[in-house]
Amino acid sequence: MATTALTPRAIPYPRSRVYEWLTTTDHKKIGVLYITSSFIFFLLAGILALFIRSELALPGSQIFDPTSGLYNQVFTMHGTTMIFLFVMPMLTGFGNYIVPLQIGAADMAFPRINALSFWMIPLSGILLFSGFFLGGAAAAGWTSYAPLSAREVGPGQDLWIVGLILNGTSSILGGINFIATIFKLRAPGMTLMRMPLFVWNVLVTSLLLLFAVPVLTSALIMLFIDRNYGGGFFNPAAGGNAILWQHVFWFFGHPEVYIMILPAFGIISEVLPVFSRKPLFGYRAFVMATVAIGALGFGVWAHHMFTTGSVYLPFFAFTTFLISVPTGVKMFNWIATMWRGRLQFTTAMLFAVGFLATFLIGGLDGAFAAAAPVDFHLQDTYWVVSHLHYVLFGGSAFGVFAATYYWFPKIFGVRLDEGFGKIHFTLHFLGTQLAFFPMHLLGLDGMPRRIQDYSPAAGWQDMNVLSTIGAFMIAISILPFLWNVFISLRKPRDAGDDPWDAFTLEWATTSPPPPHNFDALPPIRSERPLFDLKYGELMGGHAGQHATPAEAAGYPTEADREAQSDPQGRADLPTNPTVADVEAGTTARSEAGGSGVIVVRPADSEAPGQPAAPATEAAPETPAAPETPATPETGEPKLVPPVTHAPGEGEVTSAADASRPSAEVTERVRRQARQKGTPPSDARPEEPR
Amino acid sequence: MTASGDVMVTGHGTVPTAAHETGTPLHEERGVNTALLGMLLFIASEVMFFGGLFAVYFNVRAANRVWPPEGFHVEALPIPLIATIILVVSSFTMQRAVWRIRANDRTGMNRALLVTLLLGIVFLAIQLYDYTTLGFGLSSGVYGSLFYTMTGFHGAHVFGGVIGILVVMLRGMAGQFSAGHHVAVEAVSIYWHFVDVVWIALFTTLYLLR
Repeated sequence: MATTALTPRAIPYPRSRVYEWLTTTDHKKIGVLYITSSFIFFLLAGILALFIRSELALPGSQIFDPTSGLYNQVFTMHGTTMIFLFVMPMLTGFGNYIVPLQIGAADMAFPRINALSFWMIPLSGILLFSGFFLGGAAAAGWTSYAPLSAREVGPGQDLWIVGLILNGTSSILGGINFIATIFKLRAPGMTLMRMPLFVWNVLVTSLLLLFAVPVLTSALIMLFIDRNYGGGFFNPAAGGNAILWQHVFWFFGHPEVYIMILPAFGIISEVLPVFSRKPLFGYRAFVMATVAIGALGFGVWAHHMFTTGSVYLPFFAFTTFLISVPTGVKMFNWIATMWRGRLQFTTAMLFAVGFLATFLIGGLDGAFAAAAPVDFHLQDTYWVVSHLHYVLFGGSAFGVFAATYYWFPKIFGVRLDEGFGKIHFTLHFLGTQLAFFPMHLLGLDGMPRRIQDYSPAAGWQDMNVLSTIGAFMIAISILPFLWNVFISLRKPRDAGDDPWDAFTLEWATTSPPPPHNFDALPPIRSERPLFDLKYGELMGGHAGQHATPAEAAGYPTEADREAQSDPQGRADLPTNPTVADVEAGTTARSEAGGSGVIVVRPADSEAPGQPAAPATEAAPETPAAPETPATPETGEPKLVPPVTHAPGEGEVTSAADASRPSAEVTERVRRQARQKGTPPSDARPEEPR
Repeated sequence: MTASGDVMVTGHGTVPTAAHETGTPLHEERGVNTALLGMLLFIASEVMFFGGLFAVYFNVRAANRVWPPEGFHVEALPIPLIATIILVVSSFTMQRAVWRIRANDRTGMNRALLVTLLLGIVFLAIQLYDYTTLGFGLSSGVYGSLFYTMTGFHGAHVFGGVIGILVVMLRGMAGQFSAGHHVAVEAVSIYWHFVDVVWIALFTTLYLLR
């Protein structure tokens, strides 16, 4: 048996763990750093929100001295922090951790640039917050409209500008890194249309970052010049144009909205199918909708400026309605995914379903504001505040928590406690509705946003009290979550590789994954390679929805060779398979695997009861015939379908296998699959239609 | 036979293993080089950055009846045209450097890089001299702000390119490049061409379309 003498691995020399984390270029550690720092900023910005809500609960001044301008600083920093230091880096953090795993890569394409991108984030946060200690933070709102932002005195606004330029540079570099990673480092077999939907959404998000954020950078630089060097860009007295800031800002600002929600869409599209035990309904339509949102996202910026009188209303109202179509397509994808699924209401699933409900409300009230005549009444009222919190807090933040509960066992090797999780979700969901729904009514009643005080005669007090109660409920809901994280990290790390019986590649390695992520990868024939590995034989053909007949028989196809990048792998192929080979393979398979003829069809479209027979036959207690065809010694074409032969018996290998380290991890996955894959017929992985 | 796990047996014989386990690359380079792709994407973001500046320029220009406003005057001849010619020529010498190293001629590449470097420095010097002759500044109205911001950020990019060329040249003198290994030269050359194209757009916008 040929063995390969491996160079002895370098002995790791002792370094402190702090040094290890500060200098790491491992995408997983950087991902954890992103997630942790974003969560700290989430808590900070949340505390600012509680100040705002306490101030607004009753007429009169509760907390802030009206003459100090501190209230303006607080709501500016609340918005800026939540958007630039919580949602964006948090989603980038999950992308960092999960995307290379889901595409079967060892790391990001540019690991050191990845570390650079991360370390800019805390630095920009320090710049933004240092304003509070240097005579006042930025106070012109997160949109910082000129001419207010150009005239605002004090260093806070300049620190805001510099901090956001730094933050934006981090986002651009991160976007470049994700695009290069996704286009260059996918595992063999993972074509674009087999990428998990989280990866698709991160890809489109990265393209949006790449094209939108530099425009913000140019706007910020112009504002900086106006403020500090006597520039005239946004100063009408010097020949400039104040409305121009809004144009340039929102040309970034609207794609930014999708930058913040698309990765959350991706998270939901991972969680819902796993806990519905079905593939995502309409994969292709979902991908197209994602791309359409990305493209249309650049054509709607002026709907933030209907009342300025300087935009062509019919065009931007039309494009805004248009962009709600692909979003609606996704909503139907998700609902149809759950339809007649075997739903498992884990906390991750609850947050995903909560996302659907809350985001739907946020989408509908956004559609109201898309109609220009209605928007003239709603502009700058609490309706807008309600809308953006429904989509950003009810959308992105719910997605973040769904991701946290879903991927926590992968990242730390232990599940979060479901009991505390459900308490967290209940308080979180109710608090969200209570905090943000009354704002609709306040907005319709004319309450303007960004005010510190209102008259007792205005009649806004009741709704404001409700909203404040809701905000505190959300804050309280974070406590069981923090406790949950604390106690879970003290438990034994026994979640196993694949605690949710999930579909995608990140679950095909240990929890947490080794530094190089994978020792071996299963064959990728669909967007659910791990599902195919575990249940392929039960499904009457291991190939997924988009497999060709040749792939179903286990032979490489043109698409494989496109994605195939392992030269040894190609060298191992004696000949390119012909149609006859494929047919022979099919025959061999049906004899050896005992799983019946291969029927290639969408995995979710089979007739009821059909998979039942293979399910029982392919159970490990009845190992199938060992006469699996060829061995490498004979040099015959290997008529071995990838995963069909019975475990333990008739192990078939290829010459190349011997030179490879044994795949303990993947074997573990297989063993697990065997345990779970002995279902009584009612425990089939998917509901028949 | 080994019992190395049935997942290893795929239709096409092998499954890639982690790079450090076997010493073979996990992913063979196919299509555009990853570092070059990174540079192209970075340039795409730079296009959007300058796009923001150009959009503001044309917006302000369209809103002003007289353009350039009273008291602002720039001439394409002779200095800016000379600078333009110098930068365009430097693009050709940069490309020559790439062709030389593709032909494995390191000395030729170093010479072409040196010429490009000098041309870049001359361009920057001419631009700085030109600034002293204009008679308006960053704070003298929106035209001055636009003119200096656009040309200034372009100049900063030229400066970045000069640094890049210097680094590549020093690495070339240290013998680090060959016909099969010179992605840094290719990347710097793409960046330099981009800087050149931005200048041509700026020259056209600021000096010709008056």
